[in-house]
Amino acid sequence: MKTANKTVTATRLVKDALEKAKHFEDYNIFTFINEEGALKKAAEIDAKIARGEKVGRLAGVPYALKDNFLSPEGETTASAHILEGFTSPVTATAVEKLEAEGAIMIGRTNMDAFAHGSSTESSYFGPTLNAYDKERVAGGSSGGSAVAVALDIVEFATGTDTGGSIRQPASFNGVYGLKPTYGCVSRYGVVAMASSTDCIGFFTKTPDDMSLLMSVASGQDPKDLTTLPDYYNDSEIKKAKKIGIIKDFYLKDSEIQKCLEHKCEELEKKGYEIVELEMPALKYALAAYYIIVPAEIASNLSRYDGVRYGFRSEKSDNLDDLYKNTRSEGFMPENKRRIMIGNFVLSSGFYDAYFLKAAKARTLIVKEYEEAFKKCDFILTPVAPNPAFKLGEKVNDPVSMYLEDVMSVPLNLAGVPGLAIPAGETSNGLPIGLQLVGPRRSDKSLIEFSKELM
Amino acid sequence: MEIKREDILHLSDLSDFSLSEEEIEKLGGDLEGIIKYISQLDELNTDNAEPTYQVFEMENVWREDEILPQDATREQLLALTKEEKDNQIKVPKVL
Repeated sequence: MKTANKTVTATRLVKDALEKAKHFEDYNIFTFINEEGALKKAAEIDAKIARGEKVGRLAGVPYALKDNFLSPEGETTASAHILEGFTSPVTATAVEKLEAEGAIMIGRTNMDAFAHGSSTESSYFGPTLNAYDKERVAGGSSGGSAVAVALDIVEFATGTDTGGSIRQPASFNGVYGLKPTYGCVSRYGVVAMASSTDCIGFFTKTPDDMSLLMSVASGQDPKDLTTLPDYYNDSEIKKAKKIGIIKDFYLKDSEIQKCLEHKCEELEKKGYEIVELEMPALKYALAAYYIIVPAEIASNLSRYDGVRYGFRSEKSDNLDDLYKNTRSEGFMPENKRRIMIGNFVLSSGFYDAYFLKAAKARTLIVKEYEEAFKKCDFILTPVAPNPAFKLGEKVNDPVSMYLEDVMSVPLNLAGVPGLAIPAGETSNGLPIGLQLVGPRRSDKSLIEFSKELM
Repeated sequence: MEIKREDILHLSDLSDFSLSEEEIEKLGGDLEGIIKYISQLDELNTDNAEPTYQVFEMENVWREDEILPQDATREQLLALTKEEKDNQIKVPKVL
């Protein structure tokens, strides 16, 4: 990526990004534009460069921040009404690390409220439009971030991926999107959705940019005790020989399937061996996911009560009404569905049949990946069963929206990394994404290997 | 599984929502569809599987028992609320 130097200043880079953001305003990508803050930071970096001082690895690089990362610049709303007016006094560790290397946030990006959704249509601020076709969805939940990179407004954008929220919008907009190994990047200061699957990752235009960002952002954080000891920079790049494809994910009469087969042929020509895998439990991953994740959501989102921060309903004359009115007015319909399903699967009488059953299914899914990685080095699959769909097409049918995630959620349940890569286009010009999946801690090798598929 | 109106009201209460009639009706149908979908998990044999609740490889990550400076001050946190009085957050009556 282009960093600032004496001839191309940080101010120039930031101004260009701000101009492009304005030019593409009708895509509804940003929930906040950080014009003043970004230009101030750019001037500081330019002054350092002029003085001949050392600057960071991301000096002057404009980036877009998904609206669920806390920082004092702009309101952090997770694109939800209930967080309206919340300007965070704390900064997410990932943001601190990026900015310590000189990256400059030019805006916060639109998302499905609280990252619940696969199209960015469930945002309080309305949908973001697809970079390739304005009548189609951006994907989600990190739709704004994906489109900001796809339209070349910024060099990179942050995202969160609980069940596909980075990989699916990346594939819908033809960019790279990484969901790292669970625990690789600190989640301190990021709005929690489902704590056992939430991951922080990035959107970029190249594998090398992704690798650079991971080397900056990864690592153990005393503020997040679910971070793994640093491994990214020290991990050796493993040479892959065998690439697995999952028989159970076969898509009949699909351009995505053809694209996958074409990539496999290319790999074979390069001397890789393609291995067919049977992973029958993966078929049930989506059902398990839509039990486990809503359960965690119901718990994590119980904190939003209108008392301490954000939106507070004004029409309440006792505390109980204040909670209920604030939550009813402040959450989107999809937030409510997930909270209620979460409370359903956790309630007495249903816990064993749903939550415990899903937790057991999760064990089988984890084991299937372990077995698969004995037979191959990486797995190549579609990201989603279809390319970007039309706005409004699935928004009134929650189950059809959930089915978008059928190929992305198994990774989150198992904690393994996945990299969405641009792999081609459909006959009507929509991007096709494929995802490379590796064993835990193989993030670096996965990114390196993706160059074979360029 | 049929989701009755009283089930929706019970879940709404557990979730701290006060739903409109329109929402109750819409959510009833939505939730029934979702529960039907997740119930297909019944087909999967999990007899010999232990449950997995987290996929983090480590257990008992300890930190030093020392008081560290906080990222936000009392004033900053109180400034986020709608109403405050005497360094306390003010809410409507509890009872």
